[in-house]
Amino acid sequence: MIADQPVMLITGTRKGIGKYLVEYYTDRGYLVEGCSREAADWSVPGYHHHCTDVADEKGVMAMMASIRERHGRLDILINNAGIASMNHCLLTPLATAERIFRTNALGSFLLIRESAKVMKVRTYGRIVNLGTVATPLKLEGESMYAASKAAVESMTRILARELAPLGITVNLVGPTPIETDLIRGVPKQKIQAILDQLAIKRLGNFADVSNAIDFFIRPESDYITAQILYLGGA
Amino acid sequence: MSNEAIQSIVTTCYLSILDVRGIPHPPEINRDTLMFGEGGPIDSMGIVMMVVDVEEAVRAKFGQTVSLADDRAMSQRNSPYRSIGSLTDYIAAQLDGVS
Repeated sequence: MIADQPVMLITGTRKGIGKYLVEYYTDRGYLVEGCSREAADWSVPGYHHHCTDVADEKGVMAMMASIRERHGRLDILINNAGIASMNHCLLTPLATAERIFRTNALGSFLLIRESAKVMKVRTYGRIVNLGTVATPLKLEGESMYAASKAAVESMTRILARELAPLGITVNLVGPTPIETDLIRGVPKQKIQAILDQLAIKRLGNFADVSNAIDFFIRPESDYITAQILYLGGA
Repeated sequence: MSNEAIQSIVTTCYLSILDVRGIPHPPEINRDTLMFGEGGPIDSMGIVMMVVDVEEAVRAKFGQTVSLADDRAMSQRNSPYRSIGSLTDYIAAQLDGVS
């Protein structure tokens, strides 16, 4: 069976930006699949949740098999799942650094690899990775988070070339700080110091992110790939 | 699952990718037929496409999801995708590992 509607996979959907994107894109007629390590305590018509760790290869492959069997297609991947830990490098445990890289970098890689296999069937795909302004702004205290997202940026540029022959574009949106769990607990003056480095000095919001994603996933954006788009003028 | 069934999948996917790339079929196909690397007609992009097709065909036939990703993929001499036989054996080992 091949679904009539475009099918989108969003990672890290249990809360924050991921949950917002589920609501935003189901409202716009997409069949949305999503995942997080834990079950979602909410539901939305047109949305199917998988309890999958993005860094677990077998789990990701099983999720992809399920999507392929139920929908027969995958049009869009939004690699949103991410974890952060704000800490001085001298106080950061190795286990924390490994955890951040596993989810942010290796998880993104796995999802792209397996999604592209499904997208290849129709020679069409849109992949949008989520980065962060912490990378270009070189924010102190975010070395592992920024470095893991820098890895995602490199992947974006290189995989865009590897996947172009399959009709798949790969781009990245780099949000500014947004009021989510990722920055809850960060001192206000620290956030203000980040905003001071932006061209547009305000916190971002979810709509800023979906607006940028909308541009990359349009069918007409088939000549736009390997691009890094930072919000706020970072 | 038999090695014959796996070899049949590999052969079918191989012929399909030859067709897509406009490469004539060899007069005979057996375990020793070289697909990739020295003496093989498929380029690196072709082998990528073919291996993904094989993964999907294995899943459809045996109901098992396997990843045929391998660090030796692009090796001109030691790639598991080098011949019909080497890829058949590689898949069989993967399926043994998951069953």
